[in-house]
Amino acid sequence: MSNLLRQIYYVAWGDMMFMRHNFLNILIMSIMSPILYLIAFGFGLRTGTTDIGVSYVSFVIPGIVALSSLNSSFSSTSTRMNVQRLYYRSFDEMMMCPLSLHAIVWGKCMLGLVRGLIACFILYALGLGLGAARIGGMELELTPMFVVCTVLSCIVFSFLGMAAALLAKSHQSMATFNSLIILPMTFLCGTFFSVSALHPVFQTVLYCLPLTYSSELIRSAALPDFLEFDWLCLVGLILWGVAFYAIDYWLLKTRKV
Amino acid sequence: MGDIIVIEDLVKTFDGKTAVDRLNLRIREGELFGFLGPNGAGKTTTVRCVATLTNFDSGTITVDGYDLVKNPREAKERMGVIQQQVSLDKDLTIRENMISHAMYHMMGRAERDEKIRELSDFFGLEEYLDRPVDSLSGGWKKRAAIVCAMLHNPKVLFLDEPTSGLDINARRLLWDVVRRLHAGGTTIVLTTHYIEEAEALCDRVGIIDHGRIIALDTPQRLCESVGSVAVEYMEDARTRYRYFGTREEANAFAAGINTGVDVTIRRTNLEDVFVELTGKSVGGQK
Repeated sequence: MSNLLRQIYYVAWGDMMFMRHNFLNILIMSIMSPILYLIAFGFGLRTGTTDIGVSYVSFVIPGIVALSSLNSSFSSTSTRMNVQRLYYRSFDEMMMCPLSLHAIVWGKCMLGLVRGLIACFILYALGLGLGAARIGGMELELTPMFVVCTVLSCIVFSFLGMAAALLAKSHQSMATFNSLIILPMTFLCGTFFSVSALHPVFQTVLYCLPLTYSSELIRSAALPDFLEFDWLCLVGLILWGVAFYAIDYWLLKTRKV
Repeated sequence: MGDIIVIEDLVKTFDGKTAVDRLNLRIREGELFGFLGPNGAGKTTTVRCVATLTNFDSGTITVDGYDLVKNPREAKERMGVIQQQVSLDKDLTIRENMISHAMYHMMGRAERDEKIRELSDFFGLEEYLDRPVDSLSGGWKKRAAIVCAMLHNPKVLFLDEPTSGLDINARRLLWDVVRRLHAGGTTIVLTTHYIEEAEALCDRVGIIDHGRIIALDTPQRLCESVGSVAVEYMEDARTRYRYFGTREEANAFAAGINTGVDVTIRRTNLEDVFVELTGKSVGGQK
């Protein structure tokens, strides 16, 4: 186990150096779009109370946190790996070394995890402060389960980013993946509205996408006084994570990259 | 010295097209072996199979006695690979690239710092260590890539087209580096389509075409196999080549060629061997 952890650290080290060199740039890129969503949807678009009894701004902030975990974790893992694999070819160097494939999958997802967590927690802190100022009190909470669920969400979307980068044949195919999969998820998966308000057919479709589980889960963890913790979504998100991990491992194992 | 790399009946296909076709090859410990062939002959694919970057369809590969499929970790520990395209991470400095490589091979901090210092000194890279990769010229990047590949003391070093795209000075510098590594006892497998490179450096040369080894010997013996003296002359607006075992035979043949035709008598080189065996020039044209 300690050997695996050491290997994960070694794999992640180069990416952490990359992050250190570009910290400000990465930070701004990570939080720019979530903050725009927060301003536009949370403060600009709608006021009033939702059907679960909380203000819309308190409802939407956990959704935007889930969205940030997707955007930041997915894009940082996939972009860096795509560049390393297709342009620098430095990913090949790692594959030629005596590293465990488990360590490579976990190690290469660490950048996405760290970036995702930075973005999510900055956004949540802003959301807590601004939301409290707006509604004159605190509805959202920073619970341990909120932290666990946010970490899980960042890991799951990092694994997805790795799978996308390993399958990509070019930069163009990454852009296509973003347009066809990531962008629709951003707006449809319960980030800005409650999935339960939709027709059952649409609900079924949306529960086929991982961000729906993440949104529902993080929202239930952030609003413990208004919602029961969503254990089913937790299991669902873990299963998505296992599936993406298995795809990453299989792609590396069979050298289909 | 025994065989450090043994490849038996290696087959690799891409979408039904055979890139490596039942290739058999044994490379001896300590030798500088050259893989010579036109573009698309299967050189790089073979190296990628040995380097574990590509799975192969059938056959076996052992490195220093370790089967690549059954004991990939042990085999990888014994190899260093420098790819055709410099594969350093351009977002990091040269030193950070080296540290990364050392970490991938589980080297401790003291050992890796010492090794980086030693190899940087050997290759004259000290002043470039903290520079970004892209601030270096092609030749220096190749040197840095070689240092990365050498950090874990591999027994075998694969150099895939190491001088491709380099200017003449950088190429000669790299040849010196290869000679120094070889003199230090490292087994080197060099793939190239530069004939003069193979002739200048290699103890033995394997000529590969259509994924198969079609000739394997020392450069000198390969030349002797087609005739060690070449006669080059013009006929019907095309350059013709004939090969002879001795200079006397070549002189006698040249004397019979029409006067007024330019005739050159010279030593046979590997390019002649290659064209004789494959019917192609090294660049791949018929």
